[in-house]
Amino acid sequence: MEILVCVKQVPDTAEVKIDPVKHTVIRAGVPNIFNPFDQNALEAALQLKDNQGAKVTLLSMGPPQAKDVLREGLAMGADEAYLLTDRKVGGSDTLATGYCLAQAVKKVAELKGIEQFDIILCGKQAIDGDTAQVGPQIACELGIPQITYAAAIEVNEEAKCVKVKQQNEEGYIITEANFPVLITAVKELNEPRFPTIRGTMKAKRREIPELSADDVKADETKIGLSGSPTKVRKIFTPPQRTQGLIIPVEDDNDQAAVDTLMEKLTAQKII
Amino acid sequence: MDFKLNDLQKDIVKTVHDYCEKKIKPDIGERDHAGDFGEEHVKALMQDMGIAGIYYPEEYGGMGNDGGDVLTYILCVEEIAKYDAGMAATVSASISLGTNPIWQYGTEEQKKKYLEPLVTGEKLGAFCLTEPGAGTDAAMQQTTAVKDGDHYILNGNKIFITNGGKADTYIVFAMTDKSKGTKGISAFIVEKGWEGFTFGKKEDKLGIHTSQTMELIFQDVKVPAENLLGEEGKGFIIAMQTLDGGRIGIAAQALGIAESALDDAVAYSKERVQFGRPLCKFQNVSFKLADMKMKIEAARLLVYKAAEAKQAGGRFSLEAAIAKRMASDIAMEVTTEAVQIFGGYGYTEDYPVARHMRDAKITQIYEGTNEVQLMVTSGFLLK
Repeated sequence: MEILVCVKQVPDTAEVKIDPVKHTVIRAGVPNIFNPFDQNALEAALQLKDNQGAKVTLLSMGPPQAKDVLREGLAMGADEAYLLTDRKVGGSDTLATGYCLAQAVKKVAELKGIEQFDIILCGKQAIDGDTAQVGPQIACELGIPQITYAAAIEVNEEAKCVKVKQQNEEGYIITEANFPVLITAVKELNEPRFPTIRGTMKAKRREIPELSADDVKADETKIGLSGSPTKVRKIFTPPQRTQGLIIPVEDDNDQAAVDTLMEKLTAQKII
Repeated sequence: MDFKLNDLQKDIVKTVHDYCEKKIKPDIGERDHAGDFGEEHVKALMQDMGIAGIYYPEEYGGMGNDGGDVLTYILCVEEIAKYDAGMAATVSASISLGTNPIWQYGTEEQKKKYLEPLVTGEKLGAFCLTEPGAGTDAAMQQTTAVKDGDHYILNGNKIFITNGGKADTYIVFAMTDKSKGTKGISAFIVEKGWEGFTFGKKEDKLGIHTSQTMELIFQDVKVPAENLLGEEGKGFIIAMQTLDGGRIGIAAQALGIAESALDDAVAYSKERVQFGRPLCKFQNVSFKLADMKMKIEAARLLVYKAAEAKQAGGRFSLEAAIAKRMASDIAMEVTTEAVQIFGGYGYTEDYPVARHMRDAKITQIYEGTNEVQLMVTSGFLLK
């Protein structure tokens, strides 16, 4: 069973600040981390490796320093890692990113000499953009089924199918799909393991192959800033909402409370 | 001279840091109170993560050939001590004291049988020298080992044994020839569970509550002759050289405790308001913090230097003795000042600074009291 896990290096949003004048994210001094939901995706893959002998390949798109998270993933137990890195893909929106990654998925399969990956795992979203669009976009580009927000995954390798407990706001949906399938992971799926020291030492020396936009045969009109139909106009910190006023009903006197409310609304010319 | 850690060392410390932050930080208060050893953390750190084998060679299951070195191991002890000083004692007692002598003095058979499972973290080790009448005066060993055919018969008591009861493999020192004094002491590898080997009192200590300290009782324990470590009469040298290495671990533990206390004091001094301003706005407090930082950085250099000296091979007794005394004295000073900055709150167990102060004290005492470190150091000067 061949599994591909898409991972992203993200700024630690717990530390991120926004420049109040330029409305951009201040990246200086902010540590980069392994996107937490992608760690859940990797853990799911590693459990399939431990229990069912799956092969686990990592893929990321980003600047060369994104190799840090790929190495962390290798130290956790992944078998191989590839990085799609090219100035041409910089500034891609979610549509362009999904396209680039789908192209890379096909290229990595080709490099590995396999027809396709049986399962592609992604985090449900990256904690920097929080769009939750890239995983599903990859599935669309590849024309394969997608199961989002997985809180439990069961794989039947013989029957080549998966059974996934999908989390949503009301509860769970049990969804089944055949290989190849793309699944996105939520935090509840598992608890990611820690890298081992031996793994860290070995990963440090691993060469991580780089792929360019040309390598993955990406159509230049569909990638990067110019190939992205959406543009970010502004990033800002929403003003903090001031606490609302609660007017309690005292001594069962509803009318008095309503009167107080009306008085305040009128005074502020809201009604 | 290079004062920078390499990328690999930084990555490994980060892994240990992440584990401690996520797993140990939430339960240390409770475990310290209950005297809970934290078996699952020991396994996770020693075996799953692999701290036990960092600087031991590949052929025995270690990572010494992959870039693991003594300093990396020391950095791990320091990081663990920031969160749980007792756990740092557990780890260091097994790796430095319980494992190192087998690597250094063991036969190939002993290494295959005992070293490998210690290096892979599958088993835990302990070092047993101290007796009721033989503390700093370690030569006054009363435990005896009498040769009887292909066995030695071991009799006696050991006290204050870190990992006592928890460890699987014990390095035990005993007199094989009382007439020869220190040259009559020999070292043995003893397994938990052997007939006649039992555990006595579990010590109720001032600090490092999560480390288990026990008395060991040997009553006619049959130790196979092949479990003699090194030669007969070499025990005292083995003990002293092993302690040199152990001292660097204790120095790292002290360093970690001090750093943690300073971090807590800095954070508290920014929050706590008296006379209308945070404590850190009083020069008396901010200068105190600055002094604590200066001392910690001085200790750090000595501790790392001692680790590098051990890595380089040859003798490092002087570096280890100086580092241990300096780091432990500084840990005591810094943790005491931290409690002072916290004031009344610092004296309660509601904040971790009280624990840091209790934990710091042992680092001035064990692995040779600080007075022993002065003996070692002055011995070098006056030889």
